[in-house]
Amino acid sequence: MSCKELVELVTDYLEGRLPATVREQLEAHIALCDGCTAYIEQMRLTLSVLGRIPEETIEPAARDELIAAFRELRASA
Amino acid sequence: MASESEEKLVAALRAGDEEAFAALVDELSPALLRVALMHVPSRAVAEEVVGDTWLGVVRGIDRFEGRSALRTWIFQILLNTARTRGKREKRTLPFASFRRRAEEGRHEPAVDPDRFAGGAWARPPQEWEGAEATLESDETRRVLLDAIRALPPRQRDVIALRDLQGYSADEARNALGLSETNQRVLLHRARSKVRAALEAHMESGNL
Repeated sequence: MSCKELVELVTDYLEGRLPATVREQLEAHIALCDGCTAYIEQMRLTLSVLGRIPEETIEPAARDELIAAFRELRASA
Repeated sequence: MASESEEKLVAALRAGDEEAFAALVDELSPALLRVALMHVPSRAVAEEVVGDTWLGVVRGIDRFEGRSALRTWIFQILLNTARTRGKREKRTLPFASFRRRAEEGRHEPAVDPDRFAGGAWARPPQEWEGAEATLESDETRRVLLDAIRALPPRQRDVIALRDLQGYSADEARNALGLSETNQRVLLHRARSKVRAALEAHMESGNL
């Protein structure tokens, strides 16, 4: 497995979707390759930063309006 | 296609069960807003898109036929609403169908091929050790969100649900009506490009 091939397998690897033999090859590669180790670490850090961007939702007033609209529209349905 | 709990939920909505509707609004609105924010230029417009989506759900629930999952149907309303609003707010790109095909193509490398020599790294990625402060900065978040907004639409939706919203692969597939393989291919393209954007940002004088 070359480095160029490995980067195409990173998502399947992180998703736990690689067949066992391929996963073993990939892990054997990264054990010896600083570049690919750094690549996977960068990917993990990217995902970790994305995952910590706080969740937002609609304003409480907008939510209340929607529920009022539901009441009105469904009552007349 | 619809599960038993979903049939119950649809029946409750049709019967005017306010609590069931409120619970669904609370469950799905954060994810709908995440996706909407990636399609329209402002928070205010994104909130309107989410609001219009819910009104569409309320008005359309009698016509929902259960051919897709309920959540797929709701996200479909959101994406249609966002697309219409997005077109009004700014010109969308032409050749949409070409772009969609390109999006699913398998010839888009995860990493710029120039960085390899004969398959091995010529310019390997660097460790980001000691760069925690930069990674945690608002500036970095902005770079990441901009990189997501620059992706083709379906890649954008998948990464927004998977990596911003924390949906599982199945939840994202269900919301967007994608096959398992398709979900993974789109996620792979999206993550590869977002990582590359962050790497470029980290290397521009931040390490």
